[in-house]
Amino acid sequence: MSPTDLAIDVTGVTKKFDGKTVVDAIDLSVRRGEIYGFLGPNGSGKTTFIRMLCGLLTPDAGQGTCLGYDVLTQQAEIKRHVGYMTQRFSYYEDLSIRENLDFIARIYDVSDRAAAVQHSLERLGLQNRSAQLAGQLSGGWKQRLALAACLIHNPQLLLLDEPTAGVDPKARREFWDEIHQLAAAGLTVLITTHYMDEAERCHRLAYLAYGKLLARGTLAEVLAGARLNTWRVTGPGLLELAAGLRGRPGVEQVVAFGNTLHVSGRDAAKLDAAINAVRDPRHEWTRVRSGLEDVFISLMDEAKDNFA
Amino acid sequence: MSAAALHRLSFYRLWAIVRKEFIQMRRDRVTFAMMVGIPLMQLMLFGFAINSDPKHLPTAILAADQGPFARTLVAALRHSDYFALTREPATEAEAARLLQLGDVQFVINLPEDFSRKLLRGEQPTVLIEADATDPAATGPAISAVRAIADTVLNRDLTGPLARLRARAGPIDFQIHAHYNPENITQYNVVPGLMGVVLTMTMVVITALAITRERERGTMENLLATPVRPIEVMVGKILPYIAVGYIQVTLILLAARFIFGVPMIGNLALLYGVSLIFIAANLSMGITFSTLAQNQLQAVQMAFFFFLPSILLSGFMFPFRGMPQWAQWVGSCLPNTHFLRIVRGILLKGNGLAEIAPEIWPLLLFLAVAMTVGVKRYRQTLD
Repeated sequence: MSPTDLAIDVTGVTKKFDGKTVVDAIDLSVRRGEIYGFLGPNGSGKTTFIRMLCGLLTPDAGQGTCLGYDVLTQQAEIKRHVGYMTQRFSYYEDLSIRENLDFIARIYDVSDRAAAVQHSLERLGLQNRSAQLAGQLSGGWKQRLALAACLIHNPQLLLLDEPTAGVDPKARREFWDEIHQLAAAGLTVLITTHYMDEAERCHRLAYLAYGKLLARGTLAEVLAGARLNTWRVTGPGLLELAAGLRGRPGVEQVVAFGNTLHVSGRDAAKLDAAINAVRDPRHEWTRVRSGLEDVFISLMDEAKDNFA
Repeated sequence: MSAAALHRLSFYRLWAIVRKEFIQMRRDRVTFAMMVGIPLMQLMLFGFAINSDPKHLPTAILAADQGPFARTLVAALRHSDYFALTREPATEAEAARLLQLGDVQFVINLPEDFSRKLLRGEQPTVLIEADATDPAATGPAISAVRAIADTVLNRDLTGPLARLRARAGPIDFQIHAHYNPENITQYNVVPGLMGVVLTMTMVVITALAITRERERGTMENLLATPVRPIEVMVGKILPYIAVGYIQVTLILLAARFIFGVPMIGNLALLYGVSLIFIAANLSMGITFSTLAQNQLQAVQMAFFFFLPSILLSGFMFPFRGMPQWAQWVGSCLPNTHFLRIVRGILLKGNGLAEIAPEIWPLLLFLAVAMTVGVKRYRQTLD
């Protein structure tokens, strides 16, 4: 793979705030045209990492390129070609939709600004609301405006920081359809999320906890790499069963899903031993594929054991 | 700032910021109304209220002697306009109590042997007791008394009594009070208010400019775009220069047509110099807003700057009356120099040559505030 095929190619990226390491030696390569999902618990360093990619923060250590520009020295060039959507709505609430888009277009010195603003209003279905003040929009519309604004200068890379937090399922689905269309047209997208269904819509994933990258790859690779064994139990008295299983060696997660219980552990032998100890003929045990959430929680627990 | 960075300065982006600020100013009608209304309100309030030459002060008279000379003296005091004879207490104790309560500013004691001693040429004593807790209130009245005492009885002392008239002193002082001979307070206060009003509104407005963007989260977005610090700062300053000029014009109109302040000098020169002063205050505000963590802190910093600009600039108290160190502090404030420029141009007809020594400190202040502001404006969130 030649370096020009990589939109993001960084190694050893580290950031410390007041001596506390928030992002710890992360290596990441993202191919052009790829939707890359960035997952991890709150405070795991996702936002800090994204801010370093788009030139808002300077890494304390590490090196690499973003769109072929050096992340340490060419921040101005990076800013010109990256669209960054912040976690919190960060456009002007006392400006109308059109005025916000027009302002951003002017800041990026977009050629044929009027057409660009009009095109972006139309593509996102905002043309009927263009005179409305941004502050009066609902969460879903604010998100559409933010996406329109960070696309107006035709960026090559889109960095989206929890774009769908607080957005209803229908708007979320439409948002993801849009992202897939953009990626199909060649745009690279790095997106952070807490939603597992969204993670499954990404081409590749990375999981971050305590500032470290714990897993990465396609969905199948991440699931396989975790080597987590999961059993599904159905039957009566699941609450008592769950209480009996928790704390036994080898049992790492016992999670209730409606009328079933998922029991997982990394060490298959120990897990089997624990299950045998509480086996009851009334329960039906089935070996299932571990879910992404099970895997991530397991990764986090493991990380806590190792680093915390 | 490096040459390369300056090279990339874009007037296109600068204009984008200016446009945005104007739109936001238009949307925030209350603030805009305040920016225009505050100068007028303050001008009316202070222009009419402040008087450094207080007259008609309540006075108690304790006259043990009711003779013609005593009556002449009392009448003269009343005609000086400084004393309003409001009380005639019967005893000294009652008079002392009136002073204590603050019901009167002065108590005048005419002894019973006043006329007798006067006729004998023994120079009678008239005791004037003053409530001098506020020296500014009693000072002008007390100096008026001395002038009265010298001449008041000359008309009554005729014929053989003429020998008792006050003789001229060995020296004749001729005093010409230039530029404001009638000692009209407004001539001093109204031009001074121009600097005070501009300092207050300009610094506060821009002190909020960047902190507000940071608080609302729009700063993160702005930082992620190619816009440069100098473009943001200048873009935020330019629209408020227009507001500053609206204030200057309003104050000058009121000074001319409501207070009748003389305008001897060149108004075009005053408008020109005002640009430096307005820009200096706006830069100071921008610098505050890069230091403040939130809008409340920004406003507090603006007030920290505003108070000495009133008290140590020569607006409220005579600049030369302050100790040397306070004069140094005052000299660092743009308002100190601007006050001299405004009073100089309006009242004294100063030209560019006369006000030049006050212009360069303004330019220096502007340069320093702007440099600190640009340096402090973080281009990243580090």
